[in-house]
Amino acid sequence: MITSLPPFLIFFAGALVVAFAPNRLRPTLTLLVPLFGGWNLWYVAAGSDLTVALFDYRLELVRSDKLSLLFGILFHLATFLISIYAVHIRDRLQQVSSLVYAGGALGAVFAGDLITLFVAWELMAVSSVFLIWARRTPRASSAGLRYLAIQISSGLLLLAGALLHISETGSLAFGPLGVGSLAGVLIFTAFGIKCAFPLVHSWLTDAYPEATPSGMVFLSAFTTKVAVYGLARSFAGTEALIYIGTAMAMFPIFYAVIENDLRRVLAFSLINQVGFMVVGIGIGSELALNGAVSHAFNDVLFKGLLLMAMGAVLHQTGKINGSELGGLYKTMPITTGFCIVGAASISAFPLFSGFVSKSMVMAAAAQEGYWIVWLLLLFASAGVFHHAGIKIPYFAFFAHDSGIRTREPPANMLIAMGLGAALCILIGVYPSLLYGILPWEVHYIPYTADHVLTQLQLLFFSALAFAWLNLAGLYPPELPSVNLDADWLYRRLGLRGARLAERALAKAEQTGARLTEVSSYNFRRVAMQHCGPASVLARTWSTGFAALWIIILLGICLILYYL
Amino acid sequence: MSAGALPILQVVLPLIAAPLCVLLRRSGLAWAFTTLITWCLLAISILLLIRVMAGGVISYRLGGWAPPFGIEYRLDAVNCFVLLIICVIAAVVAPYMRQSVAREIPAPRHNIFYAVYLLALTGLLGITATGDAFNIYVFMEISSLASYVLIALGPSRQARTAAFQYLIVGTIGATFLLIGIGLLYTMTGTLNLADLSLRIREVSDMRPIYAALAFITIGVLVKLALFPVHIWLPNAYTQAPSAISAFLAASATKVGAYLLLRFIFTLFGVEFSFEQMPLMEILMPLSLIAILVGSIVAIFQNNLKRLFAYSSIGQIGYLALGISFGSTSGLTGAIVHTFNHAMMKGGIFLALGCLVFRAGSVDLSTLHGLGRRMPFTMAALIMGGLGLIGVPLTSGFVSKWYLVQAAIEADLWPVAVLILFGSLLALIYVGRIIEVAFFRPPPADLQAMREAPLQMLIPTWILIASSVYFGIHTDITVSVSERAAEVLLGTPS
Repeated sequence: MITSLPPFLIFFAGALVVAFAPNRLRPTLTLLVPLFGGWNLWYVAAGSDLTVALFDYRLELVRSDKLSLLFGILFHLATFLISIYAVHIRDRLQQVSSLVYAGGALGAVFAGDLITLFVAWELMAVSSVFLIWARRTPRASSAGLRYLAIQISSGLLLLAGALLHISETGSLAFGPLGVGSLAGVLIFTAFGIKCAFPLVHSWLTDAYPEATPSGMVFLSAFTTKVAVYGLARSFAGTEALIYIGTAMAMFPIFYAVIENDLRRVLAFSLINQVGFMVVGIGIGSELALNGAVSHAFNDVLFKGLLLMAMGAVLHQTGKINGSELGGLYKTMPITTGFCIVGAASISAFPLFSGFVSKSMVMAAAAQEGYWIVWLLLLFASAGVFHHAGIKIPYFAFFAHDSGIRTREPPANMLIAMGLGAALCILIGVYPSLLYGILPWEVHYIPYTADHVLTQLQLLFFSALAFAWLNLAGLYPPELPSVNLDADWLYRRLGLRGARLAERALAKAEQTGARLTEVSSYNFRRVAMQHCGPASVLARTWSTGFAALWIIILLGICLILYYL
Repeated sequence: MSAGALPILQVVLPLIAAPLCVLLRRSGLAWAFTTLITWCLLAISILLLIRVMAGGVISYRLGGWAPPFGIEYRLDAVNCFVLLIICVIAAVVAPYMRQSVAREIPAPRHNIFYAVYLLALTGLLGITATGDAFNIYVFMEISSLASYVLIALGPSRQARTAAFQYLIVGTIGATFLLIGIGLLYTMTGTLNLADLSLRIREVSDMRPIYAALAFITIGVLVKLALFPVHIWLPNAYTQAPSAISAFLAASATKVGAYLLLRFIFTLFGVEFSFEQMPLMEILMPLSLIAILVGSIVAIFQNNLKRLFAYSSIGQIGYLALGISFGSTSGLTGAIVHTFNHAMMKGGIFLALGCLVFRAGSVDLSTLHGLGRRMPFTMAALIMGGLGLIGVPLTSGFVSKWYLVQAAIEADLWPVAVLILFGSLLALIYVGRIIEVAFFRPPPADLQAMREAPLQMLIPTWILIASSVYFGIHTDITVSVSERAAEVLLGTPS
């Protein structure tokens, strides 16, 4: 009788083995971990519930239902693909921390109680930061510290919320919570930080692009998806999420368009895609939730593919700024092809994976009567096509020839990208493969004439606009993105409004950044003044002064006691 | 079940061994003898704890005189646990000492050093084991005088100043304790703790008892080094020989915490201290300030020994905070943290000793890239640091868990937030070390640097590993602590 192992245990054990394995064996071992894990997942799926006792509570380490299994499969798949992508890397730190990180993510999605979730949550935070630090640049090291501080804060909020929830209800269960109580709000905020809600998103765009090429692919696959899972588990149908999600889908577009670092463009695009998922969770109908989680599944694949392609460019040329690249299709044709598949998927072209999931969220929004949200999401979709679907491949591989002559990346990178691209197309062509493992039954049919035509119209007119602007020489990257699709959807919104919005957003962000800077500067100054090495608190007091304090304390005690 | 002579052996064995140690003139012999004695003591303390957990309180009459007239050694779950902590630390530090002491202290003084170490141990064990108030004072003087000498043996000249300051401040504290005990004796006519705790109820509304409480708490707080009477601690820990820093950080302050528990709960009783007297209102603000100030000052320190000394002040704040709740979960948290902090801080200071041994300094600037040259030492330091932050799966998490729970039970939200905020501060000072040791390029002359010798690494890792082990397997520590908390609150289950 074979019983299953907890999925995360395999990854932690793998990390331990890899940590002490010799250089040559490490890539193979890293690959074996998700394979063995996937085999084990088969038995987990057959039903596995593992509980252990901690303090007075019973912790449910493994809870397997359709929702957790979907994310379990996704994380195994992602680890496998990215590990192939990273085969050529000779860096113990990255290999070990990525396995621990993936294990933490699995621990979080299989957690049946809030304490296990918290432990996994913190483990992810601590292990993932090494993927940023592994870049070993001063920028990466300070960005990593900022990232870690925010991730740990999220964990602390989760812990505070969990403890409050336990003391209020006596139940540890990681199930539907709602935002009706303070505990719910705290946990919601903790998830929100990890999910990069607007105004608390900056850790993502700040730190991810500083990670190593494969590190960023790892980071984009796990942290936000675990947060999406948490929201789907505990806060499905919370209306606020619809508006938060819409904002998330909208605002990054403006930044993505003016951003030069192509990996940072993808970081903004990550927030934008997560926005679609958050909307789906907020709507809360079966169709919407299915859409949200399937979009999470697809996003890991196509966003991973795009990041891998950009990582390959960075790896081969050492450059990642759009202005410094261009014309690479001549020397990296295969990578170009894969990148275009990823771009088509993220833009939700019919027959590519993004189409079959994003349209579910859109359809659910329409079904439940959120027409304004639907319109805004449509705008966001056009924006996605512009900044991720066109901008990424265009500036990296086409545009003006930068004169860089390089070669295709190592074979393992190509294989990983090839597998990713194949999956994107496979899911796009046979959506039933994905629909079969969704938590709720799917009655949705993506390929109706209506859906396909609407989407194609949107895409082709956007492309037309891009081409025209480009030919007319009107497309320096500084122009606001709405230029592209203002043609047929947003005439009324107008260029001016968009520009104003963009300016206001930029201003708000600037003010925010300035405020944080000033307050952190002031905090440091005050702390330094009172607690720095030369301050009164850190100096060695004279013995007489120390004795004086003892007397004062005694005096206070006596007075208080005698009163 | 009879414990025979075990309780008295626990205290007298090192007392007799100390002069013998002076007679063994050779450094190696003295060291081997000391190590042997500490291991015997550890065995005794384990036996005692097993018996107490199985059969309740053990009472030993000194010289056959019946209490309350004679001196009584009275062992329950609380002090047996503290005895175990002290003995574990002493037994782990002893093997470590040979090389560390050889590097830091001139050879002719070695036998004296080991003898004084045994005396300090006698004092700490005696304070913990005895059931007699005056006896506590006597043993406190023994341990304090021995600690002054041990600190003064530190390698730099500042060690003498630090020891002198500790001497003055410590003596004031001990005198306060004596005054308090004297007041109690005048009012009740007895010195036996168990007897005192009964008789004190009859006179508990008399002013001299209030004064006694004030004098005793302040006296103990000085030993415990709670803010603002912590001044002696950073210098003493920084200047003492490395092994002694580890020993004192891990055991001396723990005995201070024990005394506070014993006096507040067993002797004065929880109703008197917390309901009649505003002890909570005094202890809680002080401990919260200690947590914040200790941690923030630690962030700005460049000398690692000093950094972790300030971190100790913060951690002592957590201890006192747990006590100040006066509830079962608060006490459990405080007692668990006593044990866990002993393991973590002991391990950290031993790792710092390894750094002194190889790098000759514990300044942050000499640590650049040292993570690659001394991976095991630095890893130990970081693991200990993670425990101080309270990362899950380290024992620090268990303590914080109970403290936060106690704060929530007491409906003190801001306190729970501050406890968690303290973790964030610890993250910063530990993060600084990680950054320097692992992410700065090592200077060229670092090539020659090697990992510390095994005889020092193994003790370091025993403490660090146990801090992780007890973070995962919480049954042992938590059940003993809960039992101890129940004994103190007088609510045996």
